[in-house]
Amino acid sequence: MSIVAIIVLASGLFFLAVTAIGLIRLPDFFTRVHAVSKSETLGIALVLLGLMIHEGFSQVSLKLALVVVFVAIANPVGAHVLTRAAVRTGLLPWRRPKGGD
Amino acid sequence: MTEFTLAAGAIIGISAVIFWRLINGKTVYNRLLASGAVGTNAIALMAVTGFIFERPDMFVDLALTYALLNFIGVVAAGKYLERHGRDEEEAERS
Repeated sequence: MSIVAIIVLASGLFFLAVTAIGLIRLPDFFTRVHAVSKSETLGIALVLLGLMIHEGFSQVSLKLALVVVFVAIANPVGAHVLTRAAVRTGLLPWRRPKGGD
Repeated sequence: MTEFTLAAGAIIGISAVIFWRLINGKTVYNRLLASGAVGTNAIALMAVTGFIFERPDMFVDLALTYALLNFIGVVAAGKYLERHGRDEEEAERS
């Protein structure tokens, strides 16, 4: 396995870990959507890109590119649908609690 | 091979962290968002698993199918909650 593929795959795993930390630590639903929709898309694209670099040009890497394109379209659309449902059913954004932090 | 095993273990650990939000989310939207994130991690896990067992041609098809099903599930649940979500929230509150 070449060093370039390892670096790209490890950076993808880093962004997936950022997604998990944001999903745990951020205070409300809308900020968590911000963590998931962008960081998750970039993380999975980098992981699959690392696998494509390892595989070389073949049918498998072409299908992996198809997965990357589909996830890059589908993941923000899914996050947008969830956020619109939350806004229209009256979920309120987070406010800093009174009496200091 | 061992790099792919390490990557699969890392993805499983990250999914386990997201499962805490899936179990302990305050609203139904948080749980749905965490379930979508776990599903997206499962796509990467399937692709890496194919390279562990040296059969990537089969597992890539599974990953593509799982991406389609995950997207359809999230969009269907979101559209359903957009119409019926308020009743469920009020029932949960009372």
